[in-house]
Amino acid sequence: MNAPSVESLTVAELLAHSLAIEAEAEERYAMLAEQMEVHNNEAVAALFRRLAEIEGKHVAKVRTMPGGDSIPHIAPWNLHWAGQTSPEAPEFGEAHYLMTPHHALELALQGECYAAEFFSEVAASASDETVRRMAQELAQEEREHVALIEQWLARYPKPEAGWAEDPDPPNQA
Amino acid sequence: MDNGIANPALSARDYKSSVKPVWCPGCGDFSVLSAITKTFAELQLDPAQVAVISGIGCSSRIPAYLNTYGFHGVHGRALPLGVGLKVARPDLTVLVTGGDGDGFSIGGNHFLHACRRNVDITYLVMDNQVYGMTKGQASPTTAPDWALSKLTPEGPGINPFYPLVIALASGANFIARASSSDPNGTARMLVDAIRHPGFSFIQVLSPCVTFQPEQREWKKLVHPAPVEATSDPAKAARRLMTDDNLFVGVLYQGTRKPFQPCLEADLEHAAELDEAFAI
Repeated sequence: MNAPSVESLTVAELLAHSLAIEAEAEERYAMLAEQMEVHNNEAVAALFRRLAEIEGKHVAKVRTMPGGDSIPHIAPWNLHWAGQTSPEAPEFGEAHYLMTPHHALELALQGECYAAEFFSEVAASASDETVRRMAQELAQEEREHVALIEQWLARYPKPEAGWAEDPDPPNQA
Repeated sequence: MDNGIANPALSARDYKSSVKPVWCPGCGDFSVLSAITKTFAELQLDPAQVAVISGIGCSSRIPAYLNTYGFHGVHGRALPLGVGLKVARPDLTVLVTGGDGDGFSIGGNHFLHACRRNVDITYLVMDNQVYGMTKGQASPTTAPDWALSKLTPEGPGINPFYPLVIALASGANFIARASSSDPNGTARMLVDAIRHPGFSFIQVLSPCVTFQPEQREWKKLVHPAPVEATSDPAKAARRLMTDDNLFVGVLYQGTRKPFQPCLEADLEHAAELDEAFAI
């Protein structure tokens, strides 16, 4: 299947995109949790693990939506993202072994915002009425996630400058 | 492009092992690992029919992180291992992985001859232009003025090794460059490389955030190749003359027949040897 345009997305293709967004985010958070576990950053590891669990529930939810039992497969490079990676998945390059829960939640917030933008774009431009309606609902859900993460972020204020300073850095020759 | 399977039986996560990677958070190799598992899922490869072979270095740890057969070999010798395996077991999909130090310095000679021999394997090099595992020394692809290592305080002062040029000149049948900032694009290239007959080579720009932190900027600097892949080596060579080391895409897809020796006679001989050693 070639890359579908946003305008011509079918319900099945919208579900495929939704599934890919949630599944990639689940995988990415799980990998980031592993990274933090390996580097003894337990607080952030636990947070990423929790985020992976939540995304896993979203994957299951997509599968229970009407048509969710026959979602077509679209190759990852044919998914319609504005960027090179799934909107909701944090970029691997943004991780740091000394990152704090605040940084992790900022990444999550960014992902939810990008996902909301994606579904809003589909809702605004899809030619199929059902696709537009479903995309509006999905965008609304992502906006609810944004609000939730903003609440979490309020509990973890921005760390002071110098948070990444390590008295025994790995690149000390 | 898809694999023709409506509901694939195996997903990317099925190819990932339970071993946790020990790379530095932020390392580009995580993205490459993700691209490899996506590739295997797109091709729906039976994990028991895949062998991932590596040498030594940070990126060479990848076989442990995959749920396929793997071999973490000795420094610079991943390619002869991979070539030997493919010759003996042509039914397997053989992916050789490693870094720029392993592949172009210690294993440089093997790289030339693997390209020349054109056995049907895929070689993926995660190039971060530094020896990361041994704490940041200049590698063959390091810029001559990179002065952040105490071993080369004024920079290595030597022109870097140019993997795509060497691959083309030596006879590789598929040559491409990818960026770890685009795991989906890397997966697509890897699918094409595995499907293409003969020796396929992909250089993946994969930042070392610890010893080359400025490489985080690569994701903003890489750009798609302006032209499609060619099967004409002369055209490919001309394109490389204007390469800025940051284009991503497939440069060359050759038509040379892969080398696959007939081993039947030797296998009979091996059976005789087995009998001689039987207890």
